[in-house]
Amino acid sequence: MIAEFGLAALWLAAALAALQLLAGVLALTGRGEALAGIVRPVAVMQGLLALAAFFALILLFIGTDLSVKLVAMNSHSAKPFIYKLAGSWGNHEGSMLLWVTVMGLAGAFVAFVERRLPEPTMLATLAGQAFVSIGFYAFLLMSSNPFERLDPAAPEGNGLNPLLQDIGLAFHPPTLYLGYVGLSVAFSFAIGALITRQVGPAFAKAMRPWVLGAWIFLTLGIAAGSYWAYYELGWGGWWFWDPVENASLMPWLAATALLHSCGVLAARNALRAWTVMLGVVAFSMSMVGTFLVRSGILTSVHAFAVDPERGSFILALLAINIGGALTLFALRAGTVTEGKRFAVVSREGALVVNNVMLSAILGIVLFGTLYPLVAEAMGAKVSVGPPYFNPMGAIFLVPMLLVLMVGPLLRWRRDSFSRVGKRLILPAVLAVLAAGVLAGWSGIGVLPFIGIVLAAGLAIASLLPLRERNFRRTPLSVWGMVAAHFGVAVALFGMASESAFSVEKLVAVRAGEATEVGPWQVKLVNVEPVAGPNWTALEGVLSASYQGGDETRIRPQARSFWTPPQQTTESALLTRWNGQLYVVLGGEADDGRWQLRLWWKPFVTLIWYGGILIALGGLLALIGRVASDVRRIVAREKIADRRESQGR
Amino acid sequence: MKHFLFLMLVAAFSLPLVAQEQSTAPYAYRQLDDPAQEEQAQDLMESLRCLQCQGQSIADSDAPIAGSMRSLVRERVAKGEEPEAIREWLVERYGDYVSYAPRLTSLTWPLFAVPLLFAALAFLLLRRRFGRGGGQ
Amino acid sequence: MSGERKPAGWALWLPLMIFGAFVVLVTLGLLRPAPRDVASTLIGKPMPSFALPPAMPGRPGLDSSVFTDGNPRLVNIFASWCIPCRVEAPQLAALANAGVPIEGISVRDSTRDLGIFLKQNGDPFERIGADDDGQVQLALGSSGVPETYIVDGKGIIRYQHIGEIRAEQVPVILSEFREAGE
Repeated sequence: MIAEFGLAALWLAAALAALQLLAGVLALTGRGEALAGIVRPVAVMQGLLALAAFFALILLFIGTDLSVKLVAMNSHSAKPFIYKLAGSWGNHEGSMLLWVTVMGLAGAFVAFVERRLPEPTMLATLAGQAFVSIGFYAFLLMSSNPFERLDPAAPEGNGLNPLLQDIGLAFHPPTLYLGYVGLSVAFSFAIGALITRQVGPAFAKAMRPWVLGAWIFLTLGIAAGSYWAYYELGWGGWWFWDPVENASLMPWLAATALLHSCGVLAARNALRAWTVMLGVVAFSMSMVGTFLVRSGILTSVHAFAVDPERGSFILALLAINIGGALTLFALRAGTVTEGKRFAVVSREGALVVNNVMLSAILGIVLFGTLYPLVAEAMGAKVSVGPPYFNPMGAIFLVPMLLVLMVGPLLRWRRDSFSRVGKRLILPAVLAVLAAGVLAGWSGIGVLPFIGIVLAAGLAIASLLPLRERNFRRTPLSVWGMVAAHFGVAVALFGMASESAFSVEKLVAVRAGEATEVGPWQVKLVNVEPVAGPNWTALEGVLSASYQGGDETRIRPQARSFWTPPQQTTESALLTRWNGQLYVVLGGEADDGRWQLRLWWKPFVTLIWYGGILIALGGLLALIGRVASDVRRIVAREKIADRRESQGR
Repeated sequence: MKHFLFLMLVAAFSLPLVAQEQSTAPYAYRQLDDPAQEEQAQDLMESLRCLQCQGQSIADSDAPIAGSMRSLVRERVAKGEEPEAIREWLVERYGDYVSYAPRLTSLTWPLFAVPLLFAALAFLLLRRRFGRGGGQ
Repeated sequence: MSGERKPAGWALWLPLMIFGAFVVLVTLGLLRPAPRDVASTLIGKPMPSFALPPAMPGRPGLDSSVFTDGNPRLVNIFASWCIPCRVEAPQLAALANAGVPIEGISVRDSTRDLGIFLKQNGDPFERIGADDDGQVQLALGSSGVPETYIVDGKGIIRYQHIGEIRAEQVPVILSEFREAGE
């Protein structure tokens, strides 16, 4: 019954989305003004029904209803509760249901809360959101029905791949999804604004919290995915420029640019057409990324849930949504003026540089990711990897970070370097100092060198906006900006340090023998078999001491799962404030020695702490913006009340 | 995103348990004694693609053929061969696919032209916006 | 600079055009998925020179000088740990019966396992070289096992078959082999 209820809720939600679109269009074109009133309630209902369908799926997974195909394929009655729960979105159908649920709820929230925009723009926005949703509902109902029954019911479920039974993995996909789909609201706002030609500060202010929220989730999702790859893959790498990683990076780059151009539009009513285009591009990148991953067009060697039919369906959705939006943009943006003017040396000027550079990086990542496909179309095979992306990205990243040091210090509209020049002496001195220290170091690559120097300068420069401010009266959004920019410096330092100073050691040792890696002495005590719930493993027991200090036990494992048979390495990480010791147990040699892979990675954790700081900055800004919005609304209502009571 | 994680795992560890295949190449899991040479080899290995797993460099893979390739790289570096010559030797046999560092050829020139184009476009855009004496 | 200037007309269509190119590209990719195999680029080029020790005691090893004796040959890259290699064993036997000389290169293998493999699956090989560290496999541009090369009498690689040889593919291999002999 639950499955049928879920399916019915899904159909009803799809029908309401169609109604929402129809009513919105009729009301906008003046053929049904009366219908304008139902758009908002319908949007709210649609979101709640999608949520009900999603809850139904979660209930099916928790109860392990094996008469539902999706549950039988992806779950198992003996699975721990948390992974039964996570199993509901850890597959193609469930994740698409999560997608429409988040989209529906976001639409409902906008419909319920947003009152700043002119009513026609709101109608157009909600109609746009409904239009995009309908495509995804159709996709679910026609080719990816999560509630399909299995007759007869399966005696037992297939289980989830044991490797996916990881707490990080359980929540990593929905985090990214919240980011991907949150951008759909920005997309719909952009459509609405294009249709009614109402692009201005109110539009930017309405859109900004959504972009911020989505961006926070994207940042966390990418950082978590990177850390997972780092500790789970057993070779110490944390970013591989893999197509699927790039698929998550591209929406983030677009959202970052959008966030900054929104700021310009909200504060200064400039960059209007550009901001609208970024609003379209950001969600487009989410859809492109989803398509690249789901169709398997770039990574089909990893064949997961890859289905040409699904790929074609998503491609059709893409073509309609993005193609339609970009056509609308081309037709309408000509009538949207670029807005208020400003000088080169101004806050806006710095933000324009930021936007142009981020867009260029986005373009390079997209082009480099797709180029193997271009080559295949010409009958050849090429690989594009880190040796391409790193330097090409740096060409645009370096000027962007240089401008980032100055930008937040500049005034809006017009400023001069001579005013802020003195303040930049400290960061400049620190950067030169860092360069001097590094120059004495041999064997540092060009990029890590630049990275550390820039990080040193940026770490100080990012704090300067707080100078001469009364901390208690500094708005939260400024704190947020400072935290995020400081986070960039922190993450950059971590990346450059990992790349420049990592020490690697591959050794074969007998029990009782010791080895050194960087400042660590590591001794293999012994290797013993251990058993887990659905795996057995060989566990290396090692004692590690930092510069001859206290010994700490670490236990890397080589695990063997039996359903399905698979081997994994579980690296052991020992974290100190200044880096991580990373140990992997390899195979046993004929002479009884064990292969060990050890790394000392100075300051590697700063990569992810930086990511968390960036997300935290976003959160502070979001809280600050929303709080000030709420205050303004409350104040306005008070004034209105007072007028009303005085009028009486 | 789960797919990415999953696929990397599959790529890295999908060695059937029945298989006895082991990389017996001498330098698959052994570093060169000379740190400078090892660093050269490491840099090269990070930019060569594992042919079996296809989504990882040979420096990040447990696949036996990746071990053979690492050994090949280290042995040749130890003999004093230039890393780029080793890359070329592999490209001669496997085509451009084996190298993550695209060369500039008639096939790959757009990879290098596009960033230049972006740079030019960025410059033009910024100049158009700020040109003629900085606005106002 | 005029602040209220409108964006240029052509620039507005640029995003759509780029997106159009993307759609065309991925549609092509979906309709015509490229082969996943990594083919050797040594086809038409001479066999690299190598000298592999015998994989089985009492049997000859494989020296690349045999490839220039005027007779075309098949070179089968295989291993006892490779399951598709068992699948293709009957086809290799059929080819050997048809008079095709087959040289074996066993990759990352052990003598014991190889002995069991040959006992179970037959032994169509003239010589078997032991490529324990996989270096000859790399020299041949082979990216997996099994793979089969056809080398003509002058030692030029003429054809590469990737994956196991299935029964229906035997005629293709035979005709490629005859062509290499002409």
